[in-house]
Amino acid sequence: MKFTWGRRLAAAVMVMAAGAVITGAFAQAKKTKVAFVYVGPIGDHGWSYQHHQGLLQVQKELGDKVETTHIENVSEGPDAERVVDQLVQAGHEIIFTTSFGFMNPTLKVAERNPKIKFEHVSGFKRADNMATSNIRYYEGRYVAGIMAGKLSKSNTIGYIASFPIPEVVMGINAAYLGAKSVNPNVKFKVIWVSSWFDPGKEADAAKALADQGADVLFQHTDSPAPMKFAEERGILAVGQASNMAAFGPNAQITALVNNWGPYYVSRVKAAMDGTWKTGDVWGGLNSGMLNIAAYGKKVPADVAALADAARDKIAKGEFHPFTGPLKKQDGSEFLKAGEKIADKDLSGMNFYVEGIDGALPK
Amino acid sequence: MLRLEPRRAPSEAMIYATPFVAVALTLAAGCVLFALLGRDPIQAMYLIFIKPLTTLSGRAELAVKATPLILIATGLAVGFRAGVWNIGAEGQFTVGALTGGSVALAVYPAGGPWLLPLMALAGVIGGMAWAAIPAFLRTRFNANEILVSLMLSYVAVLLLGVLVHGLLRDPQGFNFPESRLFQSSALLPVLIPGTRAHIGAIFALVAVALTQLFMARHISGYQIKVLGLAPKAARFAGFCERRIIWGCFLLSGGLAGLAGLCEAAGPVGQLVPALPVGYGFTAIIVAFLGRLHPLGILAGGLLIGLTYIGGEAAQIALRLPAAAIAIFQGMLLFFLLASDILVRFRPVWRPRPRPTASSGPEPMPATTLAP
Repeated sequence: MKFTWGRRLAAAVMVMAAGAVITGAFAQAKKTKVAFVYVGPIGDHGWSYQHHQGLLQVQKELGDKVETTHIENVSEGPDAERVVDQLVQAGHEIIFTTSFGFMNPTLKVAERNPKIKFEHVSGFKRADNMATSNIRYYEGRYVAGIMAGKLSKSNTIGYIASFPIPEVVMGINAAYLGAKSVNPNVKFKVIWVSSWFDPGKEADAAKALADQGADVLFQHTDSPAPMKFAEERGILAVGQASNMAAFGPNAQITALVNNWGPYYVSRVKAAMDGTWKTGDVWGGLNSGMLNIAAYGKKVPADVAALADAARDKIAKGEFHPFTGPLKKQDGSEFLKAGEKIADKDLSGMNFYVEGIDGALPK
Repeated sequence: MLRLEPRRAPSEAMIYATPFVAVALTLAAGCVLFALLGRDPIQAMYLIFIKPLTTLSGRAELAVKATPLILIATGLAVGFRAGVWNIGAEGQFTVGALTGGSVALAVYPAGGPWLLPLMALAGVIGGMAWAAIPAFLRTRFNANEILVSLMLSYVAVLLLGVLVHGLLRDPQGFNFPESRLFQSSALLPVLIPGTRAHIGAIFALVAVALTQLFMARHISGYQIKVLGLAPKAARFAGFCERRIIWGCFLLSGGLAGLAGLCEAAGPVGQLVPALPVGYGFTAIIVAFLGRLHPLGILAGGLLIGLTYIGGEAAQIALRLPAAAIAIFQGMLLFFLLASDILVRFRPVWRPRPRPTASSGPEPMPATTLAP
């Protein structure tokens, strides 16, 4: 029994090998090979989905000059380096790794392959062949904060947060400052779910926040679960990364929509014509990398007008959400009146601003 | 209605043939799956099973991936043969990485030839300590070790999360939840220059050889087998069940801890929250795929490792969704369990069920699986 199966297996394997050699021989044409690594499934309808939209735009605009591929659900542990390595071995010339946890693995592979170009999203380590990029989500969160502050009847806003890294902390602060600017009584409640994508935990957190009186939800996690919950509960929510209106046609007041396409296209083009250089891009509302989704049904005209005005002022550079006078949670001053925060202080932000209750998880 | 009746004597040959049957069925079903997704199934199989073996880096990566699986499964299998169900290797793996890695971080930036042995020792002890909890609760209070060890896995993963968010966080890392990168003397030596294949692969081979020797030649190995096959006979013969349970847990916990340390000090080089990626659970499949035999586990670990690495290659080249690969891997376990059941039970068609009949399959078929 064992031997017959073994023989059949061996025969099958040989047939497969032969087939692959034949099919492989016909797929030869000079195209720039571009690869994307996603931390979640494309179907998260949030973060990874939006990066995949970027891939599709690259594919659409550069057509048959490029060959794109992607690999989803890559854990930020020991597998990441191998995945990036495999992409290099498969002949990819520019590789986008789209989660913070891919930073060190990407850097290791980049050091071994100086001719390949790497684009890491949301990290702080760079190399001659490894550029970084990120989006100024906080600008959008400030605008959404204004809307939330106006629309909350309970003056309680719930915030589902992932990890206490600067990007998330500055988002909470920005949303709070936006809400506070139009509603001095507003309170923020934050729940940390220690995950970027965990629909179950996110929905639990949304429920816990609603049970504590929150009637507008923010999320800095990637699944539409909180939006779906808000829709069922009849409260409001702000979508994250993608337009989540399909999951909360009544609940979504707006969404911060990450738009990676233009940046990705420009980087791939640069790689193709030899002008690619390392660097760090941090694009906001003015760059088109961050968009604010069409306002929801429950947003009255006056609130929409306030939000529009704030969005335009930020996009034109007339206003920065982190403008003094501002104090840290402990009461110490960190921005004098009229002073704008420096990017390096923003990208290392590890404290709440004055007025937010609770402590950052240590 | 269709019923399963136990066979009087399961065929010895079939018990060893089932892994091959399961692999063959998985290949066949996988071909159908990939064809339905509009991909060339033969190319997919080539990418999954052959392509990674054609390059040096592919073979090295296979060693990297299979090392923790084999280390953990070897330890677990010893326990499984005694009927000691340590399902929590994931937790012991995590704690081993944590304790071993903490040694490097505690002395940072100091280092030297003494550091790695110390880390390995700490990793083994960490894994053992985590496994000692279910062992103690089982022997002292007769608590179900399946539940206790499983639940402790989640505790361990959360513990790692808490520590890399706080105490062990990289002071220069902008609050990102990661430890700093280990100093170079805390990294496992690489076996093949230019690849990630590290000395942990040697540990795995040594573990396989020693376990094989131990089970075949040592009196305790004999006692373990007897306890698993016939617990009453073992007690009657005066074997100390308590000691065997403790031994099994400490062995499997220690090996899982070592595997965790090898991951942290090997391919990753730091402590990150995503360090545990399910090796502790996958190793259970490997153990059964290998018929709980150390040499079988070696083969099973390599096969499962290959499906992971090849699965990535198939995603890259064919743009297969990750879920399709996960289904493909899941089918292997499904077909293995299904063919195991059919080896031990035979399906019988009976027009009317007898009211008193109760011959469903037991949840844990280990005792008759073990040769």
